[in-house]
Amino acid sequence: MPGITREEVAHLARLSRLELKDEELDHFAEQLDVIIGAVARVSDVASEDVPPTSHPLPLTNVMRPDEVRPSLTPQEALSGAPAQEQQRFKVPQILGEE
Amino acid sequence: MPGTTDLTKLTAAETAARIASGEVTAVQVTEAHLDRIAAVDEKVHAFLHVDREGALAQARAVDDKRARGEKLGPLAGVPLALKDIFTTKGVPTTVGSKILEGWIPPYDATLTQRLKAADVVILGKTNMDEFAMGSSTENSAYGPTGNPWDLTRIPGGSGGGSSAALASYQAPLAIGTDTGGSIRQPAAVTGTVGVKPTYGAVSRYGMVAFSSSLDQGGPCARTVLDAALLHEAIAGHDPLDSTSIDAPVPSVVAAAREGDVAGLRIGVVKEFSGEGYQAGVMQRFNESVELLRELGAEVVEVSCPSFDRALAAYYLIAPSECSSNLARFDAMRYGLRVGDDGTRSAEDVTALTREAGFGDEVKRRIMLGTYALSSGYYDAYYGSAQKVRTLIARDFERAFASVDVLISPTTPTTAFPIGERADDPLAMYLADLCTIPSNLAGNAAMSLPCGLAPEDGLPVGLQIIAPAMADDRLYRVGAAVEAAFVDRWGHHLLEEAPAL
Repeated sequence: MPGITREEVAHLARLSRLELKDEELDHFAEQLDVIIGAVARVSDVASEDVPPTSHPLPLTNVMRPDEVRPSLTPQEALSGAPAQEQQRFKVPQILGEE
Repeated sequence: MPGTTDLTKLTAAETAARIASGEVTAVQVTEAHLDRIAAVDEKVHAFLHVDREGALAQARAVDDKRARGEKLGPLAGVPLALKDIFTTKGVPTTVGSKILEGWIPPYDATLTQRLKAADVVILGKTNMDEFAMGSSTENSAYGPTGNPWDLTRIPGGSGGGSSAALASYQAPLAIGTDTGGSIRQPAAVTGTVGVKPTYGAVSRYGMVAFSSSLDQGGPCARTVLDAALLHEAIAGHDPLDSTSIDAPVPSVVAAAREGDVAGLRIGVVKEFSGEGYQAGVMQRFNESVELLRELGAEVVEVSCPSFDRALAAYYLIAPSECSSNLARFDAMRYGLRVGDDGTRSAEDVTALTREAGFGDEVKRRIMLGTYALSSGYYDAYYGSAQKVRTLIARDFERAFASVDVLISPTTPTTAFPIGERADDPLAMYLADLCTIPSNLAGNAAMSLPCGLAPEDGLPVGLQIIAPAMADDRLYRVGAAVEAAFVDRWGHHLLEEAPAL
């Protein structure tokens, strides 16, 4: 399997919402290349006839009754907010100007 | 040590008995531990936060209950060190990360609630690798923890604060979480007992998520019986965790009190030996095998050929799940926010915050997971890792068709020096070689001390693995091994640890 380049790490960082510094890109590219090289050995035993396992418990659609129950107050829910206004989370601009 | 006057040297079971009989008060026990923390934790750094007032209030409530003649539970008044991954209402919870520095959760995790309901006294929150990603506690954003056996060495990870608190007598009980070995490996390298219960046995509600199909909270203690008492206090179905098992908790306390291996069939995992395993670790492990035979068990060798792919599968599955789980740290609703100067977009603020708030190992794993899940690589990496997971579960199934439990060394080596593997992620990952298969399969496993490696005088852990929902077998075997070793040595292993 192919190695990982500095450009690919920059792309991964962007997808991962990590504003990496230049020196970090070099450092991580080197380390991720080694790690990916080591973990690639999963593919040589993963033949077509082996079903995947995503979870140790065979559970699907665990449901509960849709009932009103006590929950956090707005004050409690907002208690960790970096910024708030009018009982809402205040966030930086999401849409562009135009 | 029955009869001792030092309250910090008692087991949890002895402590609860003395409180129940009125010989000591819960406040006296708590104060003794707070004093011990004040005396030694500057050196050990097991705790990130000590909740002195909260602990004393809980202790007073226990003493009041007793004064009113109310019946006390089996752990009432016993102090505990809680890994800083479980939310605690009104008490800081950081997960060892700068991104949650100063966060005060508005709610208790189910596990926290259960501890309080059991009248366990929570002394504070323990240090850990950031987001539980690590095997040494060096990845904590708040500095490393020292191993009480040798403060220049790692106490294991990610739950190194919890294991170090136990080994330095700052608490008789602690809580850990085990995604790839984070309870068992710290237990092994500090000469303590740690159990990863069956996946789904202990609620994950309020436990900060790392890799949701692998994460499992569990008990840490200095004796097998104490671990069992804590196990029963925290396990059980929780409607707030949809992956919680809706079935009775196995009778682990009864099993720990019985402690018998006569007639049991025990399998030695052939793949857990050879290159990379320290000679002293294998020597103590082989002595444990002989001991089990002397105690009447039949020990046979079993082969689990897919286990040699377990580490690779784990380092695809855990990062993949973590890249998704940690997306919630977006600087919008709680935690750190960096760069919000009125001109930057929310997306830029998120990226700047995550850059400033996450450490290197967390960044590595988020990017590795993003890579493994990305279009074009998904089948080769994540898809293949999930197939390996099936093969490992099949290996266990085949093994447990012929034996009652499996055993192995918990870790290939004893505690390594702080700094030795810090810049080599792959070398660090090897510490979890023997523990990871149980996380991938979701079964139950324990580590308990089996001696000191002759070459370095550091603790060696024996791992016992049982099928899912047969956690009681761990305690039955573990208690028998512990009793036989204490009988042979004339004391618990921890009594050989140097004074701090």
